[in-house]
Amino acid sequence: MGPGRRRDNDLRRKGQRGHRGAGIGLPETMPDGDRHGTRGWCLADLETTELKRLALNDLHERLGARMLPFAGYLMPVQYPMGVLKEHLHTRTQAGLFDVSHMGQVLLRPRAGLEALALAFEELMPVDVLGLAPGRQRYGLLTNDAGGILDDLMFANRGDHLFVVVNAACKQDDIAHMTRHLSAAADVTEVTDRGLLALQGPLAEAALEALVPGAAALRFMDVATLPWQGVDLWISRSGYTGEDGYEISVPQDALADFAEALLARPGVAPIGLGARDSLRLEAGLCLYGHDIDTTTTPIEAGLAWAIQKARRVGGARAGGFSGAGRILDELANGPARRRVGLRPEGRAPMREGTPLFDGDRPAGSITSGGFGPSVEAPIAMGYVPAALADPGSALMAELRGKRLPVTVAELPFRPSTYKR
Amino acid sequence: MKYTKDHEWLRVEGDLVVVGITEHAATQLGDVVFVELPEVETMVAEGDEVVVIESVKAASDILAPVDGEIVAVNDKLPDTPGLVNEDPLGAGWFFKMKLDDLAVLDDFMDEDEYNDLIG
Repeated sequence: MGPGRRRDNDLRRKGQRGHRGAGIGLPETMPDGDRHGTRGWCLADLETTELKRLALNDLHERLGARMLPFAGYLMPVQYPMGVLKEHLHTRTQAGLFDVSHMGQVLLRPRAGLEALALAFEELMPVDVLGLAPGRQRYGLLTNDAGGILDDLMFANRGDHLFVVVNAACKQDDIAHMTRHLSAAADVTEVTDRGLLALQGPLAEAALEALVPGAAALRFMDVATLPWQGVDLWISRSGYTGEDGYEISVPQDALADFAEALLARPGVAPIGLGARDSLRLEAGLCLYGHDIDTTTTPIEAGLAWAIQKARRVGGARAGGFSGAGRILDELANGPARRRVGLRPEGRAPMREGTPLFDGDRPAGSITSGGFGPSVEAPIAMGYVPAALADPGSALMAELRGKRLPVTVAELPFRPSTYKR
Repeated sequence: MKYTKDHEWLRVEGDLVVVGITEHAATQLGDVVFVELPEVETMVAEGDEVVVIESVKAASDILAPVDGEIVAVNDKLPDTPGLVNEDPLGAGWFFKMKLDDLAVLDDFMDEDEYNDLIG
């Protein structure tokens, strides 16, 4: 007998719990939407694909970040503070996130913004034409079956549109937009800028101190404001449920700007681990997990993103990919719905956990974990529409046992946007 | 104190062995938010999954390091799982086992060997 006589992975994870990795520790890769409709990362792909380094890689390493592969990039997953404290720090003070892996895309119209807006409306069930200059809106690229190709933010910057898409989808999104929008617009990926998110109750004061005018923005406003001779593209938005900003910064000013923010009172660097628990508490979808090509916007509870103009009876009703199914579900209800779930007890229920109504299968969990601010396990998943009302009592199968779980209102924690 | 290559520590206490995870393991796991312990008076075989431990992001199992009987568990952990991070070598212990023969512990690593392993 000896220490080498048995399996290597003592503290290994089970496949059912979804997060791959060997031995003790956080996953070797972050569970993220890698490709449409697949769950988690394919390790084989990673071995043959060169990981991209962020422009701020040196800063992250200096700050003691644990760097892991995520959507093809080596990303800071957590800093020495740890996921739990980083999460709470963002809720009570301010967190700085490097989200430079996300895709930044400019749509410059060839013949007027109106023609571009109308062309873009063919790809999304969203009112693009009605978005005022200086405003941003949530959008969804849909396919002909009504499934979701990606979710995104788009902004009207006066004479063009600026789009931010998910890292794992950006090449496909750019190809999709180029194919369908080229007659109306020049589609260009912005490769000389990084993207930072500053989130939390102290975000406004921290950014205003460096960039006067930032505090005057309201939720989903966008503006170009100067900092030390460079243009910052700022939106008042985020992915945490907190008030805050996303800031596109020229690459050569990125490190200086990030350090200037980190020097402000209460601002700490926050990794992707806390970004995930923050967005889960805020009830926000993670592409590739809570939404993908097999889920429609209506099933996903994103009907609020479909403005009146695109609905039956609206000024520009239909005319987008998947309109048949999406408008039918809007009128008659979908067969299943995304819901919030509160497991009884303390055991977190992760993605892939099957749900039951009595003995009948009733969907599964698409995101789940521990909510540091709600101090309890929380999850989201899809259940049959008849079981989707808050209070609905279901069972979840965890490690061979059936445990009670209750359908809950989303978000788990009210958002604090400055409207 | 003895160590397994899977980052558990084993400490002899009378005729029992106390089992926990090392500081290195606790740091790597991150903030522990859930611990599920085995029933006492259970016979376990080396390699059996006896403890489920979850951090904010990941779930892991702790396996029985040797054959024996679980005779006690740390019943503070289910309500205060953070003890695993705060005091992994002390208050964060998981369970106590009774073995047929404590001599099997001789085959596990000592502290120097374990420190070499984690580099």
